[in-house]
Amino acid sequence: MIPAAFDYAVAESAEQAVSLLGEHGDEAKLMAGGHSLIPMMKFRLATPTMVVDVGRIDDLRYINVGSEVVSIGALTRHAELEHSTALAESCPLLAHVASKVGDPQVRHKGTLGGTLAHADPASDLPAAVLALGGTIVATGPGGVREIAAVDFFTGYFESVLADDEMITEVRVPVSTGGWSFQKFNRRAQDWAIVGVAVAESGKGVSLINMGSIPLRAGAVEAAVAGGASPAEAAALAAEGTSAPSDLNAAADYREHLARVLTERALSAAS
Amino acid sequence: MAVMGTRMLRKEDPKLLTGEAKYVDDIHAAGELWMGMVRSTHANARIDSVDVSAALEQPGVVAAYTGADLAEGYWIAPLPCAWPVTPDMLNPPHFPVAVENARYVGDIVAVVLADSRYGANDAIEHVVVMYEDLPAVTTVEVAASGDALAHPDLGTNKAYSWALDPDPDAVQAALDDSVHRVSARFVQQRLIPSAMEPRGVLAIPSPHGGDITLYSSTQVPHILKVMVAATTGIPEHSIRVIAPSVGGGFGAKLNVNADEILAVALANKLKRPIRWTESRSEAAMSTTQGRGQVQYIEIGADADGKLTAIKAHIQADLGAYMQLITPGTPLLGSFLYTGVYACPAFGFVCDGYFTNLTPTDAYRGAGRPEASYAIERGMDLLAAEVGVNPEEIRRRNYAVGGEAFENWESPSGLVFDSGNYRPNLDKALELADIAELRAEQTRRREAGDSVQLGIGMCTYVEICGLAPSRALGDLGYAAGGWEHATVRMLPTGMIEVVSGSTPHGQGHETSWAMIVADKMGIDPAHVTVLHSDTALSPLGLDTYGSRSLAVGGVAIAMATDKLIEKAKAIVAHQLEASPDDIVLDEGNLMVAGSPDTATPIQSVGFAAFSAHDLPEGMEPNLQEQVSFDPPNFAFPFGTHVAVVEVDTNTGGVDLIDYIAVDDCGNQVNPLIVEGQVHGGIVQGVAQALWECAEYDDHGTPLNPSLMDYLVPSPTEVPSMTVDSTVTPSTTNPLGVKGVGEAGTIGSAAAAINAVVDALSPYGISDIEMPASPQRLWRLINAAQEGAST
Repeated sequence: MIPAAFDYAVAESAEQAVSLLGEHGDEAKLMAGGHSLIPMMKFRLATPTMVVDVGRIDDLRYINVGSEVVSIGALTRHAELEHSTALAESCPLLAHVASKVGDPQVRHKGTLGGTLAHADPASDLPAAVLALGGTIVATGPGGVREIAAVDFFTGYFESVLADDEMITEVRVPVSTGGWSFQKFNRRAQDWAIVGVAVAESGKGVSLINMGSIPLRAGAVEAAVAGGASPAEAAALAAEGTSAPSDLNAAADYREHLARVLTERALSAAS
Repeated sequence: MAVMGTRMLRKEDPKLLTGEAKYVDDIHAAGELWMGMVRSTHANARIDSVDVSAALEQPGVVAAYTGADLAEGYWIAPLPCAWPVTPDMLNPPHFPVAVENARYVGDIVAVVLADSRYGANDAIEHVVVMYEDLPAVTTVEVAASGDALAHPDLGTNKAYSWALDPDPDAVQAALDDSVHRVSARFVQQRLIPSAMEPRGVLAIPSPHGGDITLYSSTQVPHILKVMVAATTGIPEHSIRVIAPSVGGGFGAKLNVNADEILAVALANKLKRPIRWTESRSEAAMSTTQGRGQVQYIEIGADADGKLTAIKAHIQADLGAYMQLITPGTPLLGSFLYTGVYACPAFGFVCDGYFTNLTPTDAYRGAGRPEASYAIERGMDLLAAEVGVNPEEIRRRNYAVGGEAFENWESPSGLVFDSGNYRPNLDKALELADIAELRAEQTRRREAGDSVQLGIGMCTYVEICGLAPSRALGDLGYAAGGWEHATVRMLPTGMIEVVSGSTPHGQGHETSWAMIVADKMGIDPAHVTVLHSDTALSPLGLDTYGSRSLAVGGVAIAMATDKLIEKAKAIVAHQLEASPDDIVLDEGNLMVAGSPDTATPIQSVGFAAFSAHDLPEGMEPNLQEQVSFDPPNFAFPFGTHVAVVEVDTNTGGVDLIDYIAVDDCGNQVNPLIVEGQVHGGIVQGVAQALWECAEYDDHGTPLNPSLMDYLVPSPTEVPSMTVDSTVTPSTTNPLGVKGVGEAGTIGSAAAAINAVVDALSPYGISDIEMPASPQRLWRLINAAQEGAST
């Protein structure tokens, strides 16, 4: 529970952060809220030699609601998403999911960009952005690029983000159609054993902790589009997944939970 | 002004809540060195080599030691076990650092000293240890089978067999003749105690004076002092042990640990302060664990469901070594396997086995939650067998017909001090509105609701107030069970109480002040309590076994009485009256019936101090001492009712209501009683629903962090209804029992009884703890498959 030695720098801007990343290569890690990185460092599962603190870049804390798109600064805290009335009106799924992450301390420190960059398949907000069909905006030495959320995650704690890139903004469509978020865990503060996010009455359905990345439940979405009932569509929830097994749940139990929670979510969102 | 029985806010809370209180980790000494422990990653292995040379080259590292380096000249005896339960008990030598063999994951194999905590933790990664794996014994049932040996040199895993079984043939005959018979196997999984403050130690030598001061996050500074002397060879009078603010212990700080002895031995050798604070993950391996039993219980009853015999056989998982009271912990429950019930035949046998896991030892309730679980789960099974509801089977079997009693000889032979079980049950059922709950349960069952309701109860009794020294001696425990108190009035009339009880969250400073203030009729704010430092409070036996109030608090009350008598004699002398005529009324001493003679008792402090005019032959000063050794244990009891919803689609359990009616005798401060009950209930329900120290087949811990070891938080538990009945103890003049462990003792069985009740329509009659969603889902699946084939 004692991290290895590391250097620490505070970045005042995204450009400075990117430049520091360029300087230190893959030995450097960005830290926003720190609620994922610091525990991993304390367990010595992560041993970066340089920690670049981007948590103070207040320019990247905003929620801008447009007519079709909500643009959210990467350093926006979960608690800010949770309590934003503008977001609650324009994209209630995202605001609600933010309110279910961890505990109040986590929600006051954790950031939307941070949780996406961390790419934990058990995290809540990546699944919400995925179900909403969001876009991730990354800034690198060559400028800014946009990445569809569905293309962003590549593996367990891995994404298409380059070593010298930083997420600066997240865009989700204004989405006020039927939505639901179902999270199953043993304690409120824990990661989901399995979770399901449904946007726009089932046009977007995503699964938490059912594989090495946050997953779109393609078979479910197709069934819903084809007019299937929630029960019929939910029966397909485990298709194409590769659920992990751990102390809380073996893969078959996770698959069962995915079906149960998907049916509940689709029923609630329809 | 009556103080006893009032809900006074805790005196210690402001300093605890503002961070003013000092824990071991807050205390520093110039020149201190940090210990870093290299811990075995193998559960059972020969240590082929330990190479510390690279660690010695790391920045800030001052020294590094292997077990062999420390084998001579650092200690004179292995770590102590104070409870040899049988004369032939096996107890392999357990030294602070393993030399030839590592016997569990976490066993210390080398120690690094560095000038910072970070330096020590960096350096231990450079110690190279070569192991030769041996087969590991990772469950008590494997241990009992003898298929692998935890300590191959012992030739067996069985450390002892202990029986409270005077007539096994009679018990068997009674069982065989019973109309109704149930038998069950219950598993008490291992629990990680998880005190809010991890353990820590700081040993400060006085190189020129020769003394050594040991700060430790311990429940037992007095016992630790004796044991440090016996283990290190440092003369006892050169050792001072201080337990500063201690953030919980739950029994896991009732021990003498390798790190404590290491710190003292190294400080003594190097003449530098040595410190260490465990990390959470380290604590999961290096601090003793709780429970760890497989229980077999057989219960017989006649046609009416009245008990005819109970037979219990326990396999106790001792872990790799005997810690301070490892072997005796399961036996603390032996007297309670008949619960609150009359039963003509009873037998109990406990076999203790070594495994290659972290040693077990006391954990909140220590043997009694396990016993309570077995009998209270068993009574529900019997109720189902007889065809009556759970409260009815209990009513039919209560001791003395459920009527009030004093000094009832229980089936185990121990005499229960007092009880009044039936009104306690009735009150709990009324508060729970059991009829309404059952109606709702029926409605859901008939509707086939996917969320089923379960109601579970536990009518526990426990044994606490440890204890009569003679009784502990009969059980083979090395120490006694008395407690010491000094009460002194200072010249200005303020009161100092010195107690041998060592608080670690219980609120002793408040309760002790209330006892003294109530007796003297003074303001509790005028009473301060000194404790937890062997120099301030040289005599004491510390805090465990819900003993502080029933032994230590009573000693304070008795010393206060003595002090009042002396004050009366002084005032009588001043008033030229007889001491027998002096009465104490609301803080004033006076000649009975003559209020004009009123003398504030607090003014007597100066008279005793100045000693200008004391009765002939009287010693100056107002200070009285009592060592109280109670004549019996105390036997609190209560009824707990748990209400759960079980989502049959997911297996998820939601504890939606909890009602506890506890009877701990007279209450000094109901606020503190309720706090103890609340915490105890959550800790017991935690065993039922969430917590379990998991290991793989190699003995490697799978969840040694608070991310994976599921200590519940307030979001997981409902607001509880906590009430009480009051049946004074006959064991002590205050009529008090103990309440520190009662909540834990009553709650695991109540919770599991509720979950089983919810799922009984599926034919499910038992659920192993913790009742995790996955486990319930599989049980429900199996039941449905069984039903459909």
